[in-house]
Amino acid sequence: MKRSGASTDLLNAEGIAALASGVLAGRKASVATALNLVEDRREGSRRAVGALLRALRDGFAGSCHRVGLTGPPGVGKSTLAAALARTLRERGRSVGVVAVDPSSVRSGGSLLGDRARMGFDPGDEKVFVRSLATAGEAGGLSWAAPAAAQVLAAAYEVVLLETTGVGQTETDIRHVADTVVLVVQPGSGDVLQFLKAGIMEIPDLLVVNKADTGALAERATSDLRSALASTQAAGLGEAMPILATSATEGRGLDALADALDAHRAADENLATRRRRGAVAWTLQLFRRLHGRHGVETLGGDTALEAAIDGELDAEAPPTICAHLSERYLAAVGRRESPPATATKETPR
Amino acid sequence: MADRPWIMRTYAGHSTAAASNELYRSNLARGQTGLSVAFDLPTQTGYDADHPLSRGEVGKVGVPISHLGDMRALFEGLPLEEMNTSMTINATAMWLLALYIALAEERGDDISKLRGTVQNDIVKEYLSRGTYAFPPNPSVRLITDVIAFTTEKVPKWNPTNVCSYHLQEAGATPVQELAYALVTAIGVLDAAKARGDIPEERFPKVVGRISFFVNAGIRFVEEMCKLRAFTELWDRVCRERYGVEEPKLRRFRYGIQVNSLGLTEQQPENNIIRIVLEMLAVTLSKDARARAIQLPAWNEALGLPRPWDQQWSLRAQQILAFETDLLSNADLFNGSAVIEAKTQALIDEAWTEVERVLEKGGAVAAVESGYVKQALVESNAARLRRIESGEQVVVGVNRYEEGVPSPLVADLDEAIMRVDPKVEQAQIEALKDWRAGRDQDAVDAALKTLKEVAGTDANLMDASIACAKAGVTTGEWAGTLREVFGEYRAPTGVGGAQVSRSEGDAVQQVRQRLEAVAETLGRRPKMLVGKPGLDGHSNGAEQIALKARDVGFDVVYEGIRLTPEQIVASALEEGVHLIGLSVLSGSHLELVPDVLKRMDEAGLRDVPLVVGGIIPDADAERLREQGVARVYTPKHFALDTLMGELVELVAERAG
Repeated sequence: MKRSGASTDLLNAEGIAALASGVLAGRKASVATALNLVEDRREGSRRAVGALLRALRDGFAGSCHRVGLTGPPGVGKSTLAAALARTLRERGRSVGVVAVDPSSVRSGGSLLGDRARMGFDPGDEKVFVRSLATAGEAGGLSWAAPAAAQVLAAAYEVVLLETTGVGQTETDIRHVADTVVLVVQPGSGDVLQFLKAGIMEIPDLLVVNKADTGALAERATSDLRSALASTQAAGLGEAMPILATSATEGRGLDALADALDAHRAADENLATRRRRGAVAWTLQLFRRLHGRHGVETLGGDTALEAAIDGELDAEAPPTICAHLSERYLAAVGRRESPPATATKETPR
Repeated sequence: MADRPWIMRTYAGHSTAAASNELYRSNLARGQTGLSVAFDLPTQTGYDADHPLSRGEVGKVGVPISHLGDMRALFEGLPLEEMNTSMTINATAMWLLALYIALAEERGDDISKLRGTVQNDIVKEYLSRGTYAFPPNPSVRLITDVIAFTTEKVPKWNPTNVCSYHLQEAGATPVQELAYALVTAIGVLDAAKARGDIPEERFPKVVGRISFFVNAGIRFVEEMCKLRAFTELWDRVCRERYGVEEPKLRRFRYGIQVNSLGLTEQQPENNIIRIVLEMLAVTLSKDARARAIQLPAWNEALGLPRPWDQQWSLRAQQILAFETDLLSNADLFNGSAVIEAKTQALIDEAWTEVERVLEKGGAVAAVESGYVKQALVESNAARLRRIESGEQVVVGVNRYEEGVPSPLVADLDEAIMRVDPKVEQAQIEALKDWRAGRDQDAVDAALKTLKEVAGTDANLMDASIACAKAGVTTGEWAGTLREVFGEYRAPTGVGGAQVSRSEGDAVQQVRQRLEAVAETLGRRPKMLVGKPGLDGHSNGAEQIALKARDVGFDVVYEGIRLTPEQIVASALEEGVHLIGLSVLSGSHLELVPDVLKRMDEAGLRDVPLVVGGIIPDADAERLREQGVARVYTPKHFALDTLMGELVELVAERAG
């Protein structure tokens, strides 16, 4: 089988079913092939992805915990993700990691350097790492990340999604993750910036990483606590756990793993949250193809969201998006494929 | 009266301790005046010969020393009290020094008479050479443990040899070389001072024991000025920062190996001329003359040098020292306006950079943040670009390429040294015998003590010497410390590195072609770049990774010290279209076929594998026969062309 793209045997129902069962069984070769397909921008492959995700959902209990790690560059997210993954492995959980790095504005290429620092045992069948490039996408995630997370969620018990950074537009991670962890450095003042930018609405957990010394870690967490208290008083955020970790020295990771479990166990609205995430992701896929004109033609955000929600039980987001595309093209009276420029990645 | 000549050395060691011993004796007989021990990569990184990462590396770039028995064989018949022994050893410097001292004590030598050097400089390992074993802070502690021990008990020993050599090999400009070497020395001395166990009155002597290991490139006038600048800046640091009053203790003492980076694979016979010119940089000026010189061999870009190749370089030193009138003259340049102006400019620029790094928290912090590494990666990219564009002339490479073939390389396979592949198995067998024949209880007890001391602030030297005497192996010593200190991967410096603004049509064409291939594939071509084995010289791999990104590849950069298993697992998980491996240690025939076999097993037969490194033609042919798509050597310096070929490889397999 050619690994370089979706081969024809992946585009029929039997191929998809075989691939899905490989993914569900946690076979690395199948997971890798599924992710290659997920990243494939060709139209035939997009249809296959919709079918694959549906097949995965049908065979999958939905017990995976999807954890997003976000935060400004340089706070040690990759090292933290690696250390957390190791802690989870020690607890017997299987782990899939999606690490997102920025693409070059000039060439569209990227350097995906995180993997080198993770240092997993290559013989371990229960840990899988995939690096993705942002490819010009706003929000610190790759366009393929939501689908990639779905694939990994079908194969592994925990999925860690590491974003490139955190910016004002970064809300995507919330659509993809069950628990969002905001990672900051001690004494960086980042948190106040986030508060102002409204980003503090994103996280479920706050982690002060690089807390290599006890005193520094304590001061940083107490600073954060007081900063948070003042915003809550102003009605801007919610109470959330604050933890200190030192990924390089392996400190605070058990507590972080416990806190993640606790958040997951206490989240009564998980199903609703995931459903909302799936709706938002579908809408985003559609908007990427057809822009604001597309959304308005089909009746605006609210109407589209309702339409998507109505179809979610039966289909996966890429398929729903394809249906919406058909409706849009019919509405504007064109039968041809969406314009090529809309499907091509456009480095910012 | 003529001055005494510098110490003449040849960086040497290969195969086994016994074979290296023979080599040292013959080198000394030929007029070499000091020993320079090259250790193999497992010894340098603290692994035994039977560790999976040691595969293919045993006895390759130096001698394997696994235990006291190997040390005995290495110095058989060589009187330690009379030797001046330089050991190129860093992460495991304490261990090799412990073995050396254990051997001396076993022979009844007075260890206070031992003279020599352990390189023992960890900063440049993170930046360039890659043979580190532990995280930065414990590594600095090991360095200062050695300093505290030797300044008390082995007073003529140079406990650390701050290296700017490898920074230049990694692409450093003269200013960067000066600045980063000085901040490294400052970092070590500050740490030694902070220990609190070195009496204040002894500290000037500690400062006086710091020596340097420097590089000299082909621009020999500027390089000479660099060494004059070093002399002045070091004097300033010793005086102002450490209050050293005695001028003798402020002297800039340095050994040198001239540049290997500029040695060419094309017309390699020209390299001996480059080597001689570079030697002038470190000898012409009496006030900034090297105390010890070792020269590379003319054929280093082709493979490992033979004894004759090294002898030719030694002869160059002997002719300069004994035939010419150089040593009969006072400093030739004092009072030269040109030299003084150039030197002053270097001093000013370097000091600005020193202050910048100190503001960022010093050498270790600037390594951990990736600041220094990124600066070096950018400088090296700029250098390669100048050569590629022809702006920087390299005779035989980008100018005067046509010529009569050299009879020296008529038979390329005979023009380099080959290490018998049986050496590795023999070393493993000998290691097993050693383990079987020693008192295991004594070994366990010594390792237990080592581990306990490692967890405290106490000096680890005594515990290490006890381990050496008990029969502990290199891998056991380092493994025990890894358990306490943890492992580390240094920043690669490629992530944030910026490249030139000026781009030729060639790059644009490659980019357009790549975009077209991306359309066909449905996703952007993705490439894995990494280094199998223990060779840590990552400069080449970094430049390939950067360039590949800049023509539009998604590049998974895996860094150094990878097992074939890791490489193949990454290639599978990442879904790459191409794998590029770099091997400079000569272990390509062991490592690359293993990668190919595992690729087959993982169903990655269709993914092209390209290999770059110091690879002789016959080996390249064998690798291609086994399925390697392309082999690149130093003569492929035109990166635009190379990138074009890589894109075509992906295109071919995409169908």
